[in-house]
Amino acid sequence: MNNKFFAMTAAVAVAGSFAFANAASARDQVQIAGSSTVLPYANIVAEQFGKTYDKFKTPVVESGGSSAGLKQFCQGLGEKTIDIANASRKIKDAEVKACAEAGVKDIMEIRFGYDGIVFATDAKGDAWALEPKDVYLALADKIPVDGKLVDNPNKKWKQVNAKLPDWDIVAYIPGEKHGTREVFEVKVMEEGCKASGAYDLHKAAAGDDEKKAKKAAEKACFKVRKDGGTVDIDGDYTETLARLQSNPTGVGVFGLSFYENNTDKLKVATMSGIEPNVETISTGKYPVSRPLFFYVKKAHIGTIPGLKEYVEFFTSTKMIGPDGPLAEYGLVPMPKNELDELQKAVKSEEIM
Amino acid sequence: MATTQDTLHAAADGRKLNDPAMLKRRYAAEWRFKAYGLGALGIALFFLVVLFYSIISQGWTAFLQTNIKLDVALNEADFQDADGQITEQSIRVADYTKMARDALQSTLGLESPTRPEKRDLRGLLSRGVDVQIRNKIESDRSVIGQTVPVWVLANGEVDALIKGSIDRNTPEERRQLNNKQLAWIDKLIAEGRLEKQFNTGLFTYGASSQPETAGLAVALIGSFFMMLIVALVAVPIGVAAAAYLEEFAPKNTFTDIIEVNINNLAAVPSIVFGLLGLAVFINFMGLPRSASLVGGLVLSLMTLPTVIIATRAAIRAVPPSIREAALGVGASKMQTLFHHVLPLALPGILTGTIIGLVQALGETAPLLMIGLVAFVVDYPTTPLDPATALPVQIYMWASSAERGFVERTMGATIVLLMFLFVMNAAAVYLRRKFERKW
Repeated sequence: MNNKFFAMTAAVAVAGSFAFANAASARDQVQIAGSSTVLPYANIVAEQFGKTYDKFKTPVVESGGSSAGLKQFCQGLGEKTIDIANASRKIKDAEVKACAEAGVKDIMEIRFGYDGIVFATDAKGDAWALEPKDVYLALADKIPVDGKLVDNPNKKWKQVNAKLPDWDIVAYIPGEKHGTREVFEVKVMEEGCKASGAYDLHKAAAGDDEKKAKKAAEKACFKVRKDGGTVDIDGDYTETLARLQSNPTGVGVFGLSFYENNTDKLKVATMSGIEPNVETISTGKYPVSRPLFFYVKKAHIGTIPGLKEYVEFFTSTKMIGPDGPLAEYGLVPMPKNELDELQKAVKSEEIM
Repeated sequence: MATTQDTLHAAADGRKLNDPAMLKRRYAAEWRFKAYGLGALGIALFFLVVLFYSIISQGWTAFLQTNIKLDVALNEADFQDADGQITEQSIRVADYTKMARDALQSTLGLESPTRPEKRDLRGLLSRGVDVQIRNKIESDRSVIGQTVPVWVLANGEVDALIKGSIDRNTPEERRQLNNKQLAWIDKLIAEGRLEKQFNTGLFTYGASSQPETAGLAVALIGSFFMMLIVALVAVPIGVAAAAYLEEFAPKNTFTDIIEVNINNLAAVPSIVFGLLGLAVFINFMGLPRSASLVGGLVLSLMTLPTVIIATRAAIRAVPPSIREAALGVGASKMQTLFHHVLPLALPGILTGTIIGLVQALGETAPLLMIGLVAFVVDYPTTPLDPATALPVQIYMWASSAERGFVERTMGATIVLLMFLFVMNAAAVYLRRKFERKW
């Protein structure tokens, strides 16, 4: 071993890393990041896009969550930043402001469909019929008993509603960082809170200021019990499914598409008597659903090759229409008139 | 029988050496200690076996994939463009999916299937069949105009059924494949048109939303680039730093602080290196996101302390007599280091380096921050192209909803374990080969 060898290796390594740094060339593919709920849809579109268009590279889709994606999105303009943020919720005003401060002013908002959120139990059990009220009474931190708010005394689902089985109350719900949690809170807990009368009690307890009391009551309604009745799942639905399999008397919260891919292992519960499926969600009959979005930097159109084409491809009827691969995976497609409008907006690069 | 040491111990205890009760106790103590050791080893081995069993039993099926043999009619008319010419472009855009569906339809003897039947037929084939048939034609154009047998991928759900992860006894309305599809599948099996074959796709495909066309190629290339960069960056820097610290640096408070900090660095959670990489390499230096170059540099930083610590230990293990002899015959300090100390320390350095590389190969957390947890379909050709890494691919597959990804997760784990095994074996071999005893 001579000293030249070591000197050379070191020199090559150092020189190499700087050469790479300088060679960072213009980006020739679309970069996307964001929601893990939107990820499988974006993957399908990216894959098909790469197959269909010869001259463009397949877009790169990162996961990480809606908030993380939008944060990256709002870092600024230029090819070192991402072009599209996927989100399972609407962009917040604070995020729009952060974007504008970093120079990201013209943002295209694209709502490409809906996702249903379902309650499901192990496939071997009986089918459940849930009401938002049942869920609230089972999972809330405080529930009304004889006109007074008390710590949730219910231990079994049967105590909540005689029609439900005699199972211990254990629900696996999405953790705070998930967009799904918000839908669960607003569409189920709040509804149940109002139906059970807890909302009025919370409001009365919060004081006289009407506006403040309303806000406080809403917040109180979202509070779930922490005595083991609910378990926050910070991972993804695979983890929820694994928990259900080890505890078959639990109840899990899933996305519709995940449930549809695992119908042999899960049994879905009806909500207010409506079974969740593509039809009931797209018509709005099934109450627990949310729109899915992605956000595009208009300034990048024209500088990043394939960006406009990708957005148009994503919003084409071939992709997000009722017969497209996204609907097949579990996306709830939007009605035709909405789709027409969206396609028009994309064509004219309409911004928020 | 009694050695000097025994005598001394016994004397220190103030007891007689040949007291049979004491002898018995000492034997018993030794026996117990051995039993504890064996027990500990047994528990460790047991968990290892359980881990390997669960990975291999769930993952080996990923190396097989269900294929369907179709007699695809390649009519010239289907390949002509508007002018009636067959060009490269017209071959590229021909409707291969339809050809595959028609072939399946005639194989199953369906004259005019209804719409739901058509949908069920579609459900048997992978969405990747078009590329498979196209590749066949692009490699040999002369088949146009003939009917040729082509093995194409079955849909992931068909694959899951064949491998038993979808239960035939599940009631139809909750089964991913309906009774009609099951009957078709049975027919295809009976005709020898549907069978499991070795899954080359696992190593040649990039990321995909369908399990049957999802592969490790991008992750393997990405991991290769990263290992290369770690070897090129971390090893020279680490060895140089260690050699300087051991042989040249004065022993004072300052070098003590450096030493303590290097040891601390080795214990820093790996995600911290990812945050550092995001701030320095991407935001400050402007390197592209999702690139294996950035991944490699971040992993280099993470591996550096391991390499330094291992190299220092190896250099320290070289007896001072070697150095003194070299210096004594007139070698300079640098000549002593390069001609005598480093070659003798090489086995230790290699072992430490490979262990560092192995650690880097299995890392996911730091890569999360710099965009390597991504859906990448195209092969990366340079370290600047978007890529993923093996453990990242495992992580991403683990969170997918489709049944086929479960076995692929485990299959990819087997591939990763094989790499780790080979690298560790190389470390042992190199150590044995170059080991010097003094």
